[in-house]
This record gives sequence, structure tokens and C-alpha cells, in this order.
Amino acid sequence: MDIKRVKDYIYWLYYQYLLITCSYVLEPWEQSMFHTITVTVFAMVVYTAYVFVPIHIRLAFEFFSQIFGGQPDSTV
Amino acid sequence: MANPSAVCNGHLHHHHHQKQNNLLKSGVCKKNGITKGMKKNGVSNGTPHKKTFIEHFEQAPMYVTVFTFFGFGVGVIFGYIRDFMRAWGLEKRHIAQEREQQKDFVPLYQDFEDFYTRNLYMRIRDNWNRPICSVPGPQFDMIERVTDDYNWTFRFTGRIIKNVINMGSYNYLGFAETDPNALKTVTKELQKYGTGICSSRQEMGTLDKHVELENLVATFLGVEDAMVFGMGFATNSMNIPALVGKGCLILSDELNHTSLVLGARLSGATIRIFKHNNMQSLENLLREAIIYGQPRSHRAWRKIIILVEGIYSMEGSIVRLPEIVSLKKKYKAYLYLDEAHSIGAVGATGRGVVEYFGMSPDDVDVLMGTFTKSFGASGGYIAGKKGLVDFLRTHSHSAVYATSMCSPVAEQIIRAIKCLMGLDGTTQGLQRVRQLGKNTRYFRRRLHEMGFIIYGNDDSPVVPLLLYMPGKIGAFVRLMLEKNIGVVVVGFPATPITESRARFCVSAAHTREMLDTVLNALDELGDFLNLKYSRYSKSSHPELYEDTRCEFED
Repeated sequence: MDIKRVKDYIYWLYYQYLLITCSYVLEPWEQSMFHTITVTVFAMVVYTAYVFVPIHIRLAFEFFSQIFGGQPDSTV
Repeated sequence: MANPSAVCNGHLHHHHHQKQNNLLKSGVCKKNGITKGMKKNGVSNGTPHKKTFIEHFEQAPMYVTVFTFFGFGVGVIFGYIRDFMRAWGLEKRHIAQEREQQKDFVPLYQDFEDFYTRNLYMRIRDNWNRPICSVPGPQFDMIERVTDDYNWTFRFTGRIIKNVINMGSYNYLGFAETDPNALKTVTKELQKYGTGICSSRQEMGTLDKHVELENLVATFLGVEDAMVFGMGFATNSMNIPALVGKGCLILSDELNHTSLVLGARLSGATIRIFKHNNMQSLENLLREAIIYGQPRSHRAWRKIIILVEGIYSMEGSIVRLPEIVSLKKKYKAYLYLDEAHSIGAVGATGRGVVEYFGMSPDDVDVLMGTFTKSFGASGGYIAGKKGLVDFLRTHSHSAVYATSMCSPVAEQIIRAIKCLMGLDGTTQGLQRVRQLGKNTRYFRRRLHEMGFIIYGNDDSPVVPLLLYMPGKIGAFVRLMLEKNIGVVVVGFPATPITESRARFCVSAAHTREMLDTVLNALDELGDFLNLKYSRYSKSSHPELYEDTRCEFED
């Protein structure tokens, strides 16, 4: 019963994606093309986020802590 | 949520019966800036009452607009890809094409202009032009059709889908019926006169039936005289050129129907558009017109005429008649009111927006309407002062050249008007008007509660439900048909590009069960397709509403 609900929910999410991006009206081969492009772009976004976001956050944290935390050190 | 103390009551001053007033609707929700909250119309010509005028035009959340444009973008990109494939022969061309021998001539079919039709409309074309095979009453039968090549061609499977609930026909009072008892007089006329008239009004096409019908229409509306025409669209497009010409000014509402626009353009007068139902815009245009006169010569305009409709069929909004009449009197302009959707549908006894606002029909110079919507027939009328109608009898193109209304149709209108006026001895007409009012208010209230975005006035039987995204248009209609409900959706050329909508037409012939079926289906579909965009849904305690609704005796 739970599996069915999860499957229905996932189908519903897929259906929403089809409606929002208007790929619901496309023919099947156009849909495949569109899905390939979307998945590729999404995979690239995820990969880039995975590789670069932690480094950027760490650098930003260091930069800001230098500005605020650095001052007491320099006056003493 | 009911706030009885903040009521600005409106009960129509009206000598027959009491009227329920929309106590509950007054003063409750403030919608966002674009919509009108509770508004009072100005004092309408000495009659001491005010009417609540509540219209909603809620804007969708921003992400919806973004997704709509994105959806259209995807459609356009794939449209270009398909056009490219068609141009290079990678795909068969289905559209009309020139003959080989005429390839070098000036093109007859302009390829690019139909880009939208070819690439976007065609994909969901199966939702329109669906043939039905029964009378379009509260339920009808639809012929099932399928397509093998993605909507370029259709074929019938031979099956008939029975008893589809009809939410699309303009059958406001339920006069589209086949009950032989009701159609007794119509059958008699059919046997007496046959079907064709074979002439235009001016030659030999005026029957005694037409004279009877015209007198009846004039009595029904409370004017001096009326004239009927065979076709509603032709009434507008052929009579406006007879009334105005070059040197005249037409002030036309933004969202006027194509027939009014066509008539205005054919007349040769100067046309200026004012924002939809916006009285400041109209007043500015009037002042400018009177101060500056005609464009180059600065002479006074020969006449200034304001073209408005009673109910706008795409928005469901009602015209602000008292304000327009006071403007017209102040600036001495003429008013042409097209009551195609409002005659029979609003007003305490079904006499249209003039009665809805409690005004006298003398205030409107030209009253126009059609018999297609509330009377279950076809044709249109123009009513007003005797001088005006006599002028139109000789000068209107439609009166002189068009075939006149055929006799059984005229008899159907006569019986419908007699039923509405109570002349046939029953109160059936008034019951139908009441039932329509009840159905309208119930339907709109439930839809608001569910959280859909609905446009228009709370009293208008035309209910547009906003869908926004192009993908949802096709999905909505198909899923509703699976649930045995027939709806009409409208998309881009008829509406702004981001605001595609499903348009429901409530009818007096709908029973509460039918409306509940439709509402439950809408609830389900609203959740499945994610259509409940409204940020202001009212509380969902219908019992509470019913109890606190009050009625005022007149």
C-alpha cells in the first residue's frame, strides 16, 4: 500500500514536470529529446554544485571571518 | 467572515418580488491591488439604492507567469525545429500548400504567420470543435473521435459518449430543450410557415411573426420599438456602420467582442479604446475628445458613441452601467449596450443589466442583444426609441440585404419571452431566472472556497477559471471529458498570452447534483493538476454561509 502511494506520488511529480515545462503536448520523440536535454543540464548543475559550492563557502567564510575576527588580533 | 455591520446593502427596487442580497459577499476579502473590493456604484438616476459590485481579477503568483512563459518558450523552440524539418523535407507537410505550377507566384498561404496555429494549436486541437449529437441542454452526447497523426486528422470510432455534463453552452435559462410540450407552438409554426423565408426583410421577408416578435421584445425591455435580425454577429457588424460614419468617434472597451470591433472598423469612424471597465480612462478620453475635437481640423465630432457590453464573455465582468450613464449625460455622448450575454441572465426578472442596476431603459440609447444565449434560438435585436429603429429599418445593411429570421426560431423566442414575462400563465420564467442566480452564486462561491482563481463579477453566470500554463490546457479538457464533463477552454489569441482559462457557463437547467459532480471533479483535478493558485481562499464551512445569509423584504 505504501509502495503504491510512493509510486503515485512520484508519477504525480513527473506529471507536474511535464505540465509545467509544456512537454506534455510534445510528441514522444520530442519528449525524449527534451528529457535528455533537461536531465543533462540538471546533472551538470548538480555536478558543478557538488564540486564548487563547498569550496566557495569555505573561502567566503574565511574572508568574512578575517574582516570581523581579524580586527581584535591586529589591534593587540 | 460575515460582517453584517459593514453591509452596503443592495436590494433592487423592484415592484414584483423581493431580491436576495449578497450580504455575505460584502466587505469580506480585500483582494490585492488590482481587484475591486466592495464598491458602491454612484447614485443611479434618483433611485435611492446602492448595489454591491464585487469583481475579482486576482493576479497569479509570479512563478506561475514564469512557468507559463517557459512553457511557451519550449513550444516555440520545438516549433522552430519542426518547421525546419518540414522545410528541409525531413517531415511530411500537412498544411495547405501552393500548387507546383504556382510556386513562383505571390504566396497564397503565408507560412510563417500561421506559426502559432501550426505548432502550438495543432498539438492540442482535439479539445476544440468536438462534434455533439444531441440538444445542448444541461447534458449532451458527444461523438468520440481519435487521431492517429497527432491531431492533423481525426476519425470517428463510432461510439457516442452519453450524458456529458454541459458546462460550455450558453444555455443560461435552459431554453435549449426538446420537450414536445414546451415546443408545441414552435411545431405548429413550423407546419404553418415551413423553414425558409427566401427573402430579405425589405423585399418579402417580413412576416406577421416578426412584427409580433418585435412588439414583444419592445414590451419585454420597456422601450418604444425593437427590430430583430437573423444573426447576432451580423446585428452588431452591420448596424454600427449605419449609425456612425466618418467624422464620428467611437469609444470602445478594450475587451469588446469581435462583432463590435468589426462593426466599428467597417463604419469608418475614429476608434479610441479605453481600459476595460475603467471609468477614469473613459472620462479622460471623453474630455480629450470634446476639448480637442477631430484630429486635424479640430472641429467638433459629429457624434460620440460609447460601445460596451453587458457581460464580457471572456472575463465574466459586468459593465459599470450607472457610472457610464452619468458620464454619457455629462458629456452628451451616446451609449450602445451589447447585452448578448446579459439579457435573460442577470436582473431580477431577466431583463438584463439595465434592470440589474435598477436603471431605466431610456438611459441607454441603443439596446442590442442576441437571442442565441438565453433564449435558445438564434438572431439578434436592436431596441430603443421609435425614431432610431425606424431609421435602422431602412438604413441598416442587415435589414435590407440579410435574410430574415425564420419562423419557427421567431416562435421559439416568442415563447421564451412569454415564459419569462409570465404571459403564459406560469411562473416558470421567473423560476428559471431565480434558479440561474442561485446556481451562479453557489458555483462561484464553491470555486472560490476551493482556491481557484476565478475572474469576474459575483453575479455573472460566465465563470472563467484560470489555467495559465499551456500544458495544462489540454490536460484539463481531456481529464474532464474522462469524468464525463464537457468544458470549453480558451487560449492565446482570444485571451492574453499568460492567461488561458477554462470558461464555465452556468445554466438554470443544471441541478444541484450536476453542479456538485462538476465541483467535485474540479476539486480532484485542481489537486492533480495543481490549479489552486488563489492566495485568498475563503473558509471552507459552507453550512455557516447558508445560515447567516439574510433576506430583505422590499
